[in-house]
Amino acid sequence: MTEPAAVGFAIPSASPFAGIRDAKAPPPADRPSPNQGLLYVEGVGKYYGDRIGCKDVSFDLWPGEVLAIVGESGSGKSTLLNLVCGRMVPTSGKVRYRESSGDLFDVHKLPEASRRRLLRTEWGYVHQNPRDGLRMRVSAGGNIGERLMACGSRHYGNIRKTGVSWLDRVEIDADRIDDVPVSYSGGMQQRLQIARNLVSAPRLVFMDEPTGGLDVSVQARLLDLIRTLVREMGLSVVLVTHDLAVARLLAHRLMVMRRGEVVESGLADQVLDDPRHEYTQLLVSSVLQG
Amino acid sequence: MSAEENIDVSIHNRLHPPMDPVPPDRSLADCPHPEGRSDDIPGKDLRQAEVFLKGEISGHKGIFAEGRPETPGYNFAYLDEQTKRMLRRAILKAVAVPGCQVPFGGREMPMPYGWGTGGIQVSAAIMGKNDVLKVIDQGSDDTTNAVSIRSFFRRVAGIPVTTSTGEATIIQTRHRIPEHPLREGQIIVYQVPVPEPLRWMEPSEKETRTMHALEEYGVMHVKLYEDIARHGEIATSYDYPVMVGGRYVMSPSPLPKFDNPKMHQSPALQLFGAGREKRVYAVPPYTDVRSLDFEDYPFSVQHWDKPCGICGSTDTYLDEIITDDKGTRLYVCSDTDHCAARLASRKDKRGGPDD
Repeated sequence: MTEPAAVGFAIPSASPFAGIRDAKAPPPADRPSPNQGLLYVEGVGKYYGDRIGCKDVSFDLWPGEVLAIVGESGSGKSTLLNLVCGRMVPTSGKVRYRESSGDLFDVHKLPEASRRRLLRTEWGYVHQNPRDGLRMRVSAGGNIGERLMACGSRHYGNIRKTGVSWLDRVEIDADRIDDVPVSYSGGMQQRLQIARNLVSAPRLVFMDEPTGGLDVSVQARLLDLIRTLVREMGLSVVLVTHDLAVARLLAHRLMVMRRGEVVESGLADQVLDDPRHEYTQLLVSSVLQG
Repeated sequence: MSAEENIDVSIHNRLHPPMDPVPPDRSLADCPHPEGRSDDIPGKDLRQAEVFLKGEISGHKGIFAEGRPETPGYNFAYLDEQTKRMLRRAILKAVAVPGCQVPFGGREMPMPYGWGTGGIQVSAAIMGKNDVLKVIDQGSDDTTNAVSIRSFFRRVAGIPVTTSTGEATIIQTRHRIPEHPLREGQIIVYQVPVPEPLRWMEPSEKETRTMHALEEYGVMHVKLYEDIARHGEIATSYDYPVMVGGRYVMSPSPLPKFDNPKMHQSPALQLFGAGREKRVYAVPPYTDVRSLDFEDYPFSVQHWDKPCGICGSTDTYLDEIITDDKGTRLYVCSDTDHCAARLASRKDKRGGPDD
């Protein structure tokens, strides 16, 4: 069967509209479009003195895509995550992010005010240890509401309503809204941290070992929750983990790191089922046995 | 006797059964009652003494003490001139950027931190030979701290001191703004224990400075949110955060929120000194000072069901005093000078200094 001929949607160059786009407008590549990347990481490297944090890492992230960075501890995963989200300044390379307005800009050249605004509106950061990401002495409702209040919400009733609905989404009883996170279990704290990050409907979420330190049954539930939320909200995620099972469950694409370098990358199933690099083979065989 | 008089007088009599004759030292503002008494309440001496003096509201002028020769060996107002200059530079900067905390090189003062070292340094830096000083502590003119600071400046600066809000040019205060409205030309100096309003939420100094610089004040509302979630209302009753000039969130020190509205568009210059943290900040005259709140939980001030037990005032900030072992409570004005003035005006109307 032959392919049907493409229906011509393109405006022919002879069209009266062709000349409307003036020369000063940004090049069309920077205009928003569903097919355009969200995050472009180009040759990013970081040296701690002589030691390598990570070296010459490049990847693109697309809307709705989950990218997992895996590798053993000390392989530069967290360094890379910190570089990408702007917490750390790279020694070389650059990171560009496309804002919801469609503009593409260099994350590390942004003024600090804009970067911090980005971090509490369009981005989320889920820490490995919920104690780093939550205010432990502030109630769950306050933790969830903080981003809303930082973005100018000044109506207590609405903030609380949002808090209740988010607790429900992350499967925490609504009557625990006034309890402080210290009184929560580890899994609940982690889910609360996720709710706190997602309340501003971010487009890009960074996760640093979100399931680290949780027991297996809690891990499974949390992974299920993350997967649901990612799909519902169309989130893009950069996920750092040393656990290949987590990567297989959540990630679309995978990057394997060793000693600060990316040794292999590709579709998650492809990399895990058919590892090419010897190091990946070692990783896969050491974890997925049995 | 009418019923109204009955109430006032009976409480008054219960506290001080035999009305004392005016002691000879009554005119000395820095002199508390010589012997402590079991029925002593803040401002008692002042409240009694006022009745016999003349002044603007009623014949009330407060207790006034002339300056006396400066103690030799000290520079005027204790601090050396270079220190005062340094402080004035910090104060000028603070006035130029309302609500912004400006660091200064704090000096050791002859008193412990927490007793008003910041306020004293600011007062010393702005004090001139023609100033008249009033010092209040929790609204009262005759508590230990107020008496000590007043006598300190009377000794090292030789300036007159007073208890009357209207007569003073510099008012150093801890916890209260006087009830009597301030006027142009007056300076009120606050003693501040914790100058950083974000400190309760954010322990890192670097982070709070960044938050001030970038105007990231959402976290202040998290604190208020917590209050409502826990207590059903904004339970913060003192040190209630305010937004100054639409830019900086500022801690009004341990001021009861009752006094927050008085800071708004005040004709007087307001200076805040924190000795331990070595910061000054300021609210220039006629500056907007808004208390933070929620749309559905607007800012409100305390109110009391009872009037002041001594002067009968219903629109002032009242202290609760337990008067015996059975838990009997008395509500009296915390501003002793204002209370005395009201009492004096009432007695003037009745045509005699005494009943």
